[in-house]
Amino acid sequence: MDALAAIFLTPLANMWSNPEFLLEVVIGGLLAGVMYSLVALGFVLIYKASGVFNFAQGTMVLFAALTFVGLLERGVPIWGAFVIATAVMVLLAVAIERLMLRPLVNQEQIILFMATIGLAFLLDGFGQLVWGSDVHPLDIGIPKAPLIIGGVLINEFDLVAAAVAGSLVAALALFFQHTAVGRALRAVADDHQAAQSVGIPLRSIWVIVWSVAGVVGLVAGIMWGSKLGVQFSISLVALKALPVLILGGFTSVPGAIIGGLIVGVGEKVAEVFWGPAFGGAIEDWFAYALALVFLLFRPHGLFGERIIERV
Amino acid sequence: MKRIGDPVLTADRITLAFGGITALSEISVEIRHHEILAMIGPNGAGKTSMLNVINGFYHPQAGTITWKGETRQRMRPYHAAAQGIARTFQNVALFRGMTTLDNIMTGRLLRMRRNFLWQAIHFGPAEKEELAHRARVERIIDFLEIQAIRKTPVGRLPYGLQKRVELGRALAMEPELLLLDEPMAGMNVEEKEDMCRFILDINDEFGTTIVLIEHDMGVVMDISDRVIVLDYGRKIADGPPSQVRASPEVIAAYLGEPHEDESPVAPPMPRRAVAT
Amino acid sequence: MLYREVGQFKVSYAADQAIFPIVQDRWLMLAALAAAYLVIPAVGSEYWLLTIMIPFLVYALAALGLNLLTGYAGQVSLGTGGFMAVGAFATYKLTTLFPGLNIILVLLLAGVIAALVGTLFGFPSLRIKGFYLAVATLAAQFFLIWMFNKFPWFYNYSASGVISAPPRAVFGQVYVTGAEADPRAKYLFVLTVVVLLALAAKGLVRGRVGRAWMAIRDMDVAAEIIGIRPLRTKLLAFALSSFYCGIAGAMWAFIYTSAVEASAFEIERSFQILFMIIIGGLGSILGSFLGAAFIVLLPIFLDNAPRLAGFEIPVNLVTNLQSMVFGALIVFFLIVEPNGLARLWAIGKEKLRLWPFPH
Repeated sequence: MDALAAIFLTPLANMWSNPEFLLEVVIGGLLAGVMYSLVALGFVLIYKASGVFNFAQGTMVLFAALTFVGLLERGVPIWGAFVIATAVMVLLAVAIERLMLRPLVNQEQIILFMATIGLAFLLDGFGQLVWGSDVHPLDIGIPKAPLIIGGVLINEFDLVAAAVAGSLVAALALFFQHTAVGRALRAVADDHQAAQSVGIPLRSIWVIVWSVAGVVGLVAGIMWGSKLGVQFSISLVALKALPVLILGGFTSVPGAIIGGLIVGVGEKVAEVFWGPAFGGAIEDWFAYALALVFLLFRPHGLFGERIIERV
Repeated sequence: MKRIGDPVLTADRITLAFGGITALSEISVEIRHHEILAMIGPNGAGKTSMLNVINGFYHPQAGTITWKGETRQRMRPYHAAAQGIARTFQNVALFRGMTTLDNIMTGRLLRMRRNFLWQAIHFGPAEKEELAHRARVERIIDFLEIQAIRKTPVGRLPYGLQKRVELGRALAMEPELLLLDEPMAGMNVEEKEDMCRFILDINDEFGTTIVLIEHDMGVVMDISDRVIVLDYGRKIADGPPSQVRASPEVIAAYLGEPHEDESPVAPPMPRRAVAT
Repeated sequence: MLYREVGQFKVSYAADQAIFPIVQDRWLMLAALAAAYLVIPAVGSEYWLLTIMIPFLVYALAALGLNLLTGYAGQVSLGTGGFMAVGAFATYKLTTLFPGLNIILVLLLAGVIAALVGTLFGFPSLRIKGFYLAVATLAAQFFLIWMFNKFPWFYNYSASGVISAPPRAVFGQVYVTGAEADPRAKYLFVLTVVVLLALAAKGLVRGRVGRAWMAIRDMDVAAEIIGIRPLRTKLLAFALSSFYCGIAGAMWAFIYTSAVEASAFEIERSFQILFMIIIGGLGSILGSFLGAAFIVLLPIFLDNAPRLAGFEIPVNLVTNLQSMVFGALIVFFLIVEPNGLARLWAIGKEKLRLWPFPH
């Protein structure tokens, strides 16, 4: 009886009695969700253009962040470190295209997916080999002061993160819609063979896409690293991005954002209001359960494409 | 003289639409016992859609199907299979990871009863059942003259042989109604002759009613008892081959005279590799 | 020369469908079994039995379970660790609640419980396919591990949170769990369980059930039109796979590590087993064993190889290097032979049939 009340009545009562707190939790969740979206964005880019579900995205985020922070620690100024880290990610993209994508070009998706799992292990080991496995604190001057806006407690850092994510998405959207390269990317995402037959160089496109995903990963890594310190658990964030992709669909940039927001809010609200009933830490699995429920009703996500099977 | 019996399957005013495109408009078809019925028409006329409706793969928005006395609007594909309807596909829907033998054995799955515990033990009832079905499948393999490729993974077979294996799988289901979707596409003259021989033998020896979609007019005129012509989702002719061939509407449909009263929306193109 | 099927004519379908149609294969398998049962316990050191053979067998069983689900039935699952955990904890609860019950029976029951849980989490597979299904199984994985950590009932309210496996005997005084158990008894017990379950798996995959699974895997749309019922077939795959993984998990906890802890079955375990079947070969019973052997032996090899080659690698680098080699090997395997070691084995046999002739 107690348990039933705890699940069905108490959380709602709590929400009702303290709306400002609820708002705080929601906003906090939205902002946390933005961080997820940043990671999910990289996935979507790669999947859209090369049809590969890049399991290594999280490790790429970590790797980029490690490189950045490692350079900072060796005295390289921030902008220099950013440029060098970007260059490293581009080189990585070239290597991936050459050594992994090209030999596997006609294989099924599941094989490529598993190859990216291998890539994740490889990058993981390599990154820690070069930069060490300690936690690297990262501070590039993003303000972290708590603000009170309209009676609600918000962290300045989260606002900055949201702004960064927003501008990134806007930039990517402009890139896709209004540049020739963007158009080529959309063509490749639609149909590899057709794109090739109009002369679009598949390999260069893939290098571009993986590089852009790498840079997006770098930005995500910097943001997450500033928040948590650069450490191994960041690559596990990628696993959290999966429910985001499920909600938003694998091929939609706006979907990645909205999916991230939904997961962020859902997780926070569930943890704060329902967590105590279950003994806490339901954040571990809540996002996946949410994704699962979603999948049952919309197997292709909110914005994903319906694949119609023709016989 | 072949005895063609009463209708076994009646499709009554079937209408099927995908979004804004109407694939089938109020089509009524009667399929009679023991006959070979050919369905012809230009690309996109709705022939494959009609087969898909009959075997439960598509669910029509309106109209009913009566099979073995039962009238219904929709049927799940495995119910259709369980009730004796088998089919082959334009694009050869074989299981590429398996050999010819295994593929045809999957056609016997409906009749295999032993549960998984017996299967795990293997020796005993499961093995007996397996061997009995294997014997039947071997007869089909003999009939279709594909003994040599028994153990070959079907992905490696040439297109013509794949179509034969698919026919074998459909036969393994011991169907009462066999739906063949362009069984001779992409075949040369000899292969077509073989296929025609098989179809006629199946109809003769097993008494199976056959519906086939076919583009080769020679084949259609030769082996079918009755022909139905579809165009833009409507039935424009229905009768013996000689009568249909002379019908002015059919000629117009094939030679492309403009239809004043038709909607300007183009019918959906079936997505398949263009057969040369 | 050696490996020829000349003169081996099959005069019945039964002979044609035997597991090892070529006589030489049959001898090879018998020799392997003889070695496993007679030679290894006699000459193998405790170290060998406890840290190499037993984990190899347990891993092979889990890989077999996952292969049934992912390799044969085509349902990608990342929840293997979770189902193993169900087996381990179910065994613990059952054997502490009914201490008199024979361990074999307990294992079977634990397997059934794991199968039920697997079936439950398999329901989404009717609507959801491919990667989406993999993510749904992640829900199972994370939820199950969270559950076993969260509710003290599972570890009998033990204060320290660390539970060791109570000693249990197979018959009489032959203990297979607990500190007193003879390593050879443990090894033989695990070996027998795995051999029996592998035989059962072989029976399943070459009959009706295996064919239905492969049909679903290859083209589930066409499978339905043959008369296969997708939900039942998929659920059966989930159930049987979880049964195997559950028993593997139980043996892991009770015989290998002698400790029942949820942390042994986290997401990393699921990935590890997935790698085993990728490297070993999807849709192959032999492949499950080869993949397990590969992954069990690889760290040992990486540990010892530098020393044998004459140089030392500092300890903190070893793990990272292992990760890298691991990852690189996976990519390498997928490029060179996506069908895994089992396919390489089959190709080897093909070449051997022709040897010493070139073609």
